[in-house]
Amino acid sequence: MSTRLAKGGRLINRTAPVEFTFNGKRLKGFQGDTLAAGLLANDQMLVGRSFKYHRPRGIVASGPEEPNALVNLGSGARLEPNQRTTTTELFDGLESTSQNHWPSLEFDVGVVNNYAARFMPAGFYYKTFIHPRPAWKHLFEPIIRRAAGLGKAPTEGDADRYEQAYAFCDVLVVGAGVAGLKAAKAAADAGKRVILLEQTPVLGGRAPVDDTEVDGKPVDAWIAAVEADLMSRDNVTIRTRTCGFGVYDHGYVLADERVADHTPGDGRPKHRLWRIRTAKIITATGAIERPLSFAGNDIPGVMLAAAVRDYVVNFAVSPGDRTVVVTNNDSAYQTALALKAAGLDVPAILDARETADGPLPQAARAAGIRVLTGKAIAKVKGGKRVSGVAICAQAGEGSVQEEIACEAVAMSGGWSPVVHLWSHCGGKLTWDETLSAFIPDPSRPPLNHDGSAMVEVVGSANGDLTLTGQPVTIPPVWVMPQGAPIQLRSKMWLDYQNDVKVSDVQLASREGYVSVEHTKRYTTLGMATDQGKLSNINGLAVLADSLGQEIPQVGTTTFRPPYTPVTIGALAGESRGEIFQPLRRTPMHEQHEAAGAYFEPVGLWRRPYCFPRAGETHEQAVHREVLNTRQNLGLLDASTLGKIIVKGPDAGRFLDMLYTGVMSTLPIGKCRYGLMCNEQGFLSDDGVVARIDEDTWLCHTTSGGADRIHAWMEDWLQCEWWDWKVYTANVTEQYAQVAVVGPNARKLLQVLGGMDVSKEALPFMQWADGTLAGFPVRVYRISFSGELSYEIAIPASHGAAFWEACTQAGMALGAMPYGTECLHIMRAEKGFIMIGDETDGTVIPQDLGLDWAISKKKTDYLGKRGQERSYLASPDRWKLVGFDTLDGSVVPDGAYIIAEGENGNGQRNVQGRVTSTYHSPTLKRGIAMGLLKHGPSRMGEIVEFNTAAGGTVKARVRDTMFFDKDGEKQNV
Amino acid sequence: MLILECPYCGVKADETELSPGYEAHLKRFGPGASPEEFEAYMFARKNPKGVHFERWRHTYGCGKWFLAARCTATLEVFGTYPAQVSEPPADIIAKIQARRPGWTPDWKAPK
Amino acid sequence: MSDPVSALNGASFNGFATIREIGPLGMITLRAKGVKALDKAVKSVTGTKLAAPRRIEINGDRACGWMSPDEYLLVVPYAEVTAALASLAKALAGEHYLAVDVSDARAIFRVEGDKAADVLRKLAPVDFEALEPGELRRTRAAQVAAAMWAEGGGFTVVCFRSVAGYVMGLLTHSAQRGSEL
Repeated sequence: MSTRLAKGGRLINRTAPVEFTFNGKRLKGFQGDTLAAGLLANDQMLVGRSFKYHRPRGIVASGPEEPNALVNLGSGARLEPNQRTTTTELFDGLESTSQNHWPSLEFDVGVVNNYAARFMPAGFYYKTFIHPRPAWKHLFEPIIRRAAGLGKAPTEGDADRYEQAYAFCDVLVVGAGVAGLKAAKAAADAGKRVILLEQTPVLGGRAPVDDTEVDGKPVDAWIAAVEADLMSRDNVTIRTRTCGFGVYDHGYVLADERVADHTPGDGRPKHRLWRIRTAKIITATGAIERPLSFAGNDIPGVMLAAAVRDYVVNFAVSPGDRTVVVTNNDSAYQTALALKAAGLDVPAILDARETADGPLPQAARAAGIRVLTGKAIAKVKGGKRVSGVAICAQAGEGSVQEEIACEAVAMSGGWSPVVHLWSHCGGKLTWDETLSAFIPDPSRPPLNHDGSAMVEVVGSANGDLTLTGQPVTIPPVWVMPQGAPIQLRSKMWLDYQNDVKVSDVQLASREGYVSVEHTKRYTTLGMATDQGKLSNINGLAVLADSLGQEIPQVGTTTFRPPYTPVTIGALAGESRGEIFQPLRRTPMHEQHEAAGAYFEPVGLWRRPYCFPRAGETHEQAVHREVLNTRQNLGLLDASTLGKIIVKGPDAGRFLDMLYTGVMSTLPIGKCRYGLMCNEQGFLSDDGVVARIDEDTWLCHTTSGGADRIHAWMEDWLQCEWWDWKVYTANVTEQYAQVAVVGPNARKLLQVLGGMDVSKEALPFMQWADGTLAGFPVRVYRISFSGELSYEIAIPASHGAAFWEACTQAGMALGAMPYGTECLHIMRAEKGFIMIGDETDGTVIPQDLGLDWAISKKKTDYLGKRGQERSYLASPDRWKLVGFDTLDGSVVPDGAYIIAEGENGNGQRNVQGRVTSTYHSPTLKRGIAMGLLKHGPSRMGEIVEFNTAAGGTVKARVRDTMFFDKDGEKQNV
Repeated sequence: MLILECPYCGVKADETELSPGYEAHLKRFGPGASPEEFEAYMFARKNPKGVHFERWRHTYGCGKWFLAARCTATLEVFGTYPAQVSEPPADIIAKIQARRPGWTPDWKAPK
Repeated sequence: MSDPVSALNGASFNGFATIREIGPLGMITLRAKGVKALDKAVKSVTGTKLAAPRRIEINGDRACGWMSPDEYLLVVPYAEVTAALASLAKALAGEHYLAVDVSDARAIFRVEGDKAADVLRKLAPVDFEALEPGELRRTRAAQVAAAMWAEGGGFTVVCFRSVAGYVMGLLTHSAQRGSEL
């Protein structure tokens, strides 16, 4: 059994015991433990079930490479699935549960998949669930989705806060092992601004476990001295618990700081995502030990050799009384020695090499450990935990020569430098024959903005596996024993988390998969949450062998960020809830809320859609608002309307290029409706332009269009006509704007008092400055409803007060606020177009019968050449007309006008579509506008719109002016 | 995530402070242009692998458009310069040629 | 007429830094370039020299900030905007320029305290250690445009009025106690 040793444990604090639970069991650990260490200390060897076959699985590693030991952490609003026990710090009250099993970890029904394993080979899903096709959606997929996956997604909103922060430096060092500490110190000595990131809570990396001294000093003393030195410097920032997980263009690095994972609920942000911009990146990310592929290498108790000594040395945890070590290199002998030093038994070291005579093997022999060279594990014995190993010759086919009883197996198949960060931005790798590993190729680095190398790799991440510089040779051992038959190969796990075996990769190769990228996707090798940290090299070595190719020829899959999974909360940062995205509010927003407005998004603005009263549906409210505005008085918050000032000696000329009509001739004090097109000729925005003075115009844009149109103006002024003397200013937010609309509109303004708003003093399409109720205002006599209407602009800081004044004074005149839907209906009743309804980026003004707003005299305007293209000038284009439904119903939104016959896909041919469709409360029937082929010449014709239910709605083609054709209501 | 130095205000701007504006040095063709000229202006984009000239706007900064010469393959930036030119300035060309000796200008308006 | 009301009516928050919405302040966007009388015109309004690129010249409750090669932000007491515009019109008569009142289009925040910069480090891709005294940085605060400068033991942050609530939310989130960087 695995247990806590009585002595030792350099990272644990035995005076600070903590209690935690695993599947409801109360367990004890110490401050400084990882959850994995705590579980092992309590003999919890079995911690989960595998993804596909539901095989029992235990802890394999001691770092972020762990493929098996993932748990659900916490509960309720703090539940997190798939948390690696090997990187989770133990704290008092930690709750964990195992995942991917049913009904229990010890007895899992899904294990039946294990017995059926030979019927579930690589590509099983692709091969099995293809036919019949509907069965995938309704039968197979739901079952697979229930069975597959690891942890369960939480059902409650996350109780924690997350944030992001920006940091800048000259040198960013990722990894604070000895190599990283040296690099940070060197950069600091050179006067650079340095940030040093370390994913664990402590500095020093593996050295305190693996080495005795650094530069002639004891390891711990060396680390403490360098740490103290770096901490004392103003130009160095050290961030522990922070994983640099991605390298991006131009020295941009993302890192995830686990601020409060180990102190949940203390009010601090749980994670902080760092966005670091650095001139240079030094990665000192170490190396990850590789498993060996022997039968039963996934049974709980089989662990990486370095992980075993981590648990012994760092946490004083014994993996079992007897541990067999199996290796192809010298480093695993350290594990044997560490176990021995802790008073534990090592019955044998099985070394696949024919000879092992380095200092470490000699030391092991001297310590009395039995070293067997040329040997391999034929099979691990045991089910939910290791009970022994069967030994065979590495050179043979697995004939068992001896069996040894043991509780744990410590394996080492060599080391893979962590080259991820080097590779993220295109750094290339080279195969090192001596190490049997890919290492960074310094001649092909990822490049920075100036073309220089952006990343430098130091330490074991660069293949320098020893601190002494002692060369290391690691012979390739990809399968154990080398001639293993299929019975053994189908029990050799490559990818523990996704249950991919040696036999699966070999099958893929036999089935014709030659590319490592395709094999990865077919077998799912390396596609689990550990991203193949343990399995990729072993897998591609097996693939290369099957293909009869060299490993460098097969190559690696692409390394992509993140290096380890990053919680989505950190990626979202502050963008949650109220500040998920900017909401733009007008100065009258709070009053609308108080009035019970129902809001809709218009761009990032929130505008009242309608103001429902008690017991009213939204539709009823909208209809009431329309009728009241037509009969009495409506108030609309039009503050969102874009307002751009254009000024200068060339402003008129500029606006003549921007608009399809002529704005330069607009008299001071008057307003004119204008259309803007893009260079392809398609309608992009519309609005009323007012001439303010000799060289100043004010352009109104659509609510969603202000920033876009302002940028459009600046683009032309800066990049095309830079010698024209024109300045623009976007003053949209300087003004609140209130539309006072309806037969009583003038009366309201007269009650407010302060300026002459009579028909004579302020005729239609003119504006005037003045005061109303003492407020400084600019009044535009314009109408988007067909009613007598004034739009009143007032400085935003007085908007709320002015709205209040209008509301109070309007009470006696029947004033009611109205929302955007009422606005839409009233404009449709008058046949006014709406950008985004009648237009969709493929519509030119001529399609909408707006030829009157296009100057025939101008030689040029933006979009003119585009509109001259033959297919835009074609008489066969769909053009805007109105429709009366024969039965008075409302044409469905998005409906098409069907034509005779079918197209090549067997769909009905179409000859047009609806663009605006409403029930008109004024006319008490459905009205619609739409685009119809040859529309204007088909007045009176009956056409049919399709409906979602499969039927049609018949409608008569008519003009678009449904109400008050002669404008009698407006011109009063 | 690129960094481009705004030539107007000298800020080494993060890509998130900028808006892309696609290919630089396009010549506008308006009324009277042939269909080929108009097509070239509207639609024909070089999209090279290698040296490229682009428009960027310092949207979250000074609001000005500027132009950038960079390598689309390595993301190396050769330089940025104000937009009020119809061709890349000589110092930018020199910087490009220093880094890409075989490169020759090809921005003459397409015919 | 009522008193002018700022976007959030002076909202505030006390975290590891203090956040205060201030204002309304008088603000004028002045666009001009290569105009001889510009220095004098600005001085007549703010009492400062014309700001150099990326700088802000502060003179008590008045200031001139450089916004772009042809744009300046003039800060004056709210009640003096009309007079300031008139003064500019007089000084720049006959020149090509644009001066417009944007006082009500903005919201202004003060972020104060020893660690005020930490609040902004979470929101803007700006190297605050390299930000010089008197430097005006136009950037973004999370998803919206903002201008910021160090002033009087803290920072002044200017954004558009319509997103004042969003920016207050950002600053509040970033200034939570315990989240110092």
